Amino acid sequence: MDTEPKFFETNPTAGVVGQPLNRVDGRDKVMGRARYSAEFNNLPGLVHAVLKTSDVAKGRITGFDTTAAMKQPGVLAIITHQNLPKLAKTPNDAEGKKAIGAPMGYLPLTDDQIHYAGQPVAVVVADTLERAQYAAALLKVQVAAEKPLASYEDPRAQLFDPTKIQDGKAQAHVVRGNAQAAFAAAPIQLTHKYTHATNHHNPMEPGATTAHWEAPDRLTVYESTQGVTRTQKALSTMLGLATEQVRVVTKYLGGGFGCKGSCWPHTILTVQAAKFVGRPVKLALTRPQMFTSMGHREDQTQTLRLGATKEGKLTALIHEKTSTTSPWDNYAESNSKIVNMLYECPNFEASYQLARANVMTSTFTRAPGEAPGSFAIESSMDDLAYQLGIDPVEIRLLNYAEKDSSTGQPWSSKSLKQCYARGAELFGWSKRNPKAGATRNGRLLVGWGMATASYPVHNSQGTARARLYADGHAVVQSGATDLGTGTYTVMTQVAADALGLPVEKVRFELGDTKLPTAPNSGGSVAAGTVSSSVYMAVQDLWQKLIKVAVLDKKSPLYRAKLTDVEAKQGRLQLKADPKKGEDFAALMKRADMADVEGNGQGRYGSGYEDAQAAANADPAKKDEAAHHSMHSFGAHFCEVQVDPDLGTVRVTRWVSVHGAGRILNAKTARSQIIGGSVFGIGAALMEGTVRDQNLARYTNASLADYHIPVNADIPDMTVEFIEEHDPYINAMGVKGIGEISTVGVAAAVANAVFHATGKRVRELPITPDKILGTKSV
Amino acid sequence: MNNFSYIQANSAKEATGIRQATPQAAYIAGGTTLLDLMKAHLAEHPQLVDINALPFKGIEQTSDGLRIGAMERMSDVGEHPLVLQQYPAVSESLLLAASPQLRNMASIGGNILQRTRCGYFRDAAFPCNKRVPGSGCPALEGDNHNLAILGTSDACIATAYPGDLSVALAALDAVLTLENAKGKQRRVPVTEFYVLPGKTPQRETVLEPGELIVAVTIPAAAHARRSTYLKVRERASYAYALASAAVGLDVQGGIIRSARVALGGVGTKPWRSPEAEKVLTGAPATEATFRAAAAAALRGAQPRDDNRFKVELAQNTLVQALLKVA
Ligand SMILES: Cc1cc2nc3c(=O)[nH]c(=O)nc-3n(C[C@H](O)[C@H](O)[C@H](O)COP(=O)(O)OP(=O)(O)OC[C@H]3O[C@@H](n4cnc5c(N)ncnc54)[C@H](O)[C@@H]3O)c2cc1C
Ligand code: SF4
Repeated sequence: MDTEPKFFETNPTAGVVGQPLNRVDGRDKVMGRARYSAEFNNLPGLVHAVLKTSDVAKGRITGFDTTAAMKQPGVLAIITHQNLPKLAKTPNDAEGKKAIGAPMGYLPLTDDQIHYAGQPVAVVVADTLERAQYAAALLKVQVAAEKPLASYEDPRAQLFDPTKIQDGKAQAHVVRGNAQAAFAAAPIQLTHKYTHATNHHNPMEPGATTAHWEAPDRLTVYESTQGVTRTQKALSTMLGLATEQVRVVTKYLGGGFGCKGSCWPHTILTVQAAKFVGRPVKLALTRPQMFTSMGHREDQTQTLRLGATKEGKLTALIHEKTSTTSPWDNYAESNSKIVNMLYECPNFEASYQLARANVMTSTFTRAPGEAPGSFAIESSMDDLAYQLGIDPVEIRLLNYAEKDSSTGQPWSSKSLKQCYARGAELFGWSKRNPKAGATRNGRLLVGWGMATASYPVHNSQGTARARLYADGHAVVQSGATDLGTGTYTVMTQVAADALGLPVEKVRFELGDTKLPTAPNSGGSVAAGTVSSSVYMAVQDLWQKLIKVAVLDKKSPLYRAKLTDVEAKQGRLQLKADPKKGEDFAALMKRADMADVEGNGQGRYGSGYEDAQAAANADPAKKDEAAHHSMHSFGAHFCEVQVDPDLGTVRVTRWVSVHGAGRILNAKTARSQIIGGSVFGIGAALMEGTVRDQNLARYTNASLADYHIPVNADIPDMTVEFIEEHDPYINAMGVKGIGEISTVGVAAAVANAVFHATGKRVRELPITPDKILGTKSV
Repeated sequence: MNNFSYIQANSAKEATGIRQATPQAAYIAGGTTLLDLMKAHLAEHPQLVDINALPFKGIEQTSDGLRIGAMERMSDVGEHPLVLQQYPAVSESLLLAASPQLRNMASIGGNILQRTRCGYFRDAAFPCNKRVPGSGCPALEGDNHNLAILGTSDACIATAYPGDLSVALAALDAVLTLENAKGKQRRVPVTEFYVLPGKTPQRETVLEPGELIVAVTIPAAAHARRSTYLKVRERASYAYALASAAVGLDVQGGIIRSARVALGGVGTKPWRSPEAEKVLTGAPATEATFRAAAAAALRGAQPRDDNRFKVELAQNTLVQALLKVA
């Protein structure tokens, strides 16, 4: 198979980090031994819950008829707002929402109001899933329905300026220089609108919760979440328990894409159902419920005004976004961030407008903000290139940001020029016909497009614990999550190299609040933070052993200065005279140590390949690091073939090249980039959830009707990484690749469509209806 | 899903007998349509009658044409050499449908009786005249991008049959054999099997309650041997048609002797177009003729906001299909 990734030089020290190691959990997964959160079926007395959800999008519950449902055999409880066990805190007020860290400022079943279609109105518990489902069907809910509002596009919608977006985490207004004046004075002015359909994450594994009250003050929850710690905090806060009294376990996750990044209502409702019936309760969302239970990417319009000189240098960017939000929250993806930093541009301005509608709160969706934001800026850059007759790669080089325009800071590292060059070479970009609509393959129109990708390295912290046994085995732990992307595998690799052990002798454990705390696996932080924590934990362990060695008369290192000793491949030795030293096992045996344990915290600073490893990871370096802007960069190149008669667009070639710091595993990294590219192609060509404009309910909430790419939509993909050493980001030099993989993808496709047809489509997804008519163009 | 009982019928008589005794019972073949409907509470049946053991099998030449048993599976029929050689449009319509797993389960009879993909019909929370007569049709002013532009009514604009096979069958003059509880058989052309929604969109076919589809017979013809099925969809595979065309031509010396045209994805039923066939028959097999035929086929189209593009798309689909067999 030529798709097998080659090992490339990201790993100057010979070791397993960077190698395309097979997934350590692969076998368990294909054998069905990996247990997901809805598969803890051996709990004593486990029973099943299903959600009854609202048909209408707005109204008031006036009553329930539970008679028929309660009469069914096996039915244990019907929980509604009338009998939900009381919570210490709910997200229904600002203070509660913040304390819980809730993604939505409303918890269903806390009152009789209905705010969105699909809102849970009851939880039905029975001894089997089928009986619970049947009883839920028999349960009658009486509702006084009102006319809902579906989106910002409704003429009745009231747009407002939120001042802050993303739940107050980001400013809605950003002003740098004087963009209005610069735009007005610009010889080249482009003003365009870009729309993005509502998208749903739809990971393969639905949201699922298994709640087990082991004692009135001890709860264990097996949860489908991207972060056990965040869920633990949310649940303990709502329940009024100490953090420690709630344990959250996520051993395996079947994808998340952001929808499992927060603790959504169904989780606490399951916990309360378990309390209500006094037995462990399991709830798995159905696929239709996945469209109304865990957020989505909001429907939105962006207006981007771009001012430039006749030579193609940007002088002004003005970005406005309008989108739909829920009745309670001011959530919008922050699209403007990437528009602000992607190129050198002296003047920038951004603003947001929201409209409340009868829809649940939207949430982060793979590359939140960067994905749709890059669609706008990268489409407009393409426009600029064509308008001036400049090659699309050239126009980007012309505006190359040598430092981060949005902060004025230097980059911690940036390999974007190499990404452009290598991507262009792999793709054969130099053979591009500069004219749009001029290349054919029989009846089909052929187009080439490209776009830039970027994603920030978010500041985050994590911890890990490493325990090395005298027999040469090790267990390394961190409460991180493996979304299915390879965390188990890459952390095993990092630990193995740091310990000087073969991977078979290292076991990595994750996904449990009993383990050292790790950040949410989101925002592409897991790989960098957790790997650094693991690395630091092993360094801590070596320091402990070195201390033992220098005090041990029988050790060749007796009386050596601590700083003169290093650990290499499991051997403790003098830096100046590596022959002088001994194996850890010999030392531990003599000292009668069964094991030795180290703890580490992922931090800034270079480590790993550097002799100064531990010293460089000094917290004092944090300031220096903080003065750098940290981003991954990349470039996508795309070929499409468009049928001008039938309106179909097929991606026929794909090249992605990224510079993302150290790549921990060539195979899982390549898979991530492919997955993100497919995700982006889906958003570009077919994904869109449709809310009926009158009834505010989705009309295609199933995977038969909400189209995501199938194999036939995706060509062979070429993925490469630029070798990159970043001394600032973290001890392992890892930037993360989960989100950048999808940034710029939709623009690359749309730009290729323009090159093929001469028609610029600014509305996603680019379905056949938007292509038709190109024949006459 | 609601509780139901299940029984396997070993003969047509037994099956129709049970249906007569329990009118709310339903036949189940592959179950790929029926179980989806039941799980979503769009259809509720206290009893299922498994008809997979009925002897409605076989793909064989008869004096009337190729006879295909209603219990044959989509994949077996689509890959059958006789179908491939003599009715390429039928083979293509089957193999471009659904997914391999579904095609392995799904029967020909079940395919012919599949239900609309109108999103409002498919979700019991919405009003829908087809599902609950008189409740209204939100699609008229709502999401109708995948709905019909031909044969619509004020009550319903759904493509009641959203699939592919029946489009090819309608084009090629296929005839269904039906059998009722008395054991009496009758023959109904596919073009007459489906009915327009009018004021009663809940009624989609002329099938009588309890009547079984036994077989479908497709007459042999030169235009059938030179036929094709072209399907346009929003992704490369595993999606219903936005528009499709089943066409067959008999061209001799550049002149069209006989033509068969049916459209899918655009009519409230599989849309045979005598208007297009009239333009084609006797005319030269050129793109200009095909364009004229396509215009004739869509003349009566009544598009709405989201499906306006189908007027152009259906014509282009038809032209491209005709060019393939010209
Ligand atoms: C995700 C998905 C995608 C699909 N995509 C396509 C597509 O692209 N193109 C396409 O054409 N189809 C498509 N289908 C539909 C599929 O082809 C049908 O579901 C299938 O053909 C039905 O056959 P079945 O044997 O499973 O029918 P069943 O589900 O068993 O029965 C369907 C109905 O027919 C009745 N019935 C079945 N056999 C008889 C008989 N002999 N006599 C009388 N009544 C009978 C049953 O009572 C029931 O009402 C898709 C389906 C799904 C689920
Ligand atoms: S178009 Fe037909 S099937 Fe769809 S909602 Fe209207 S009545 Fe129902």
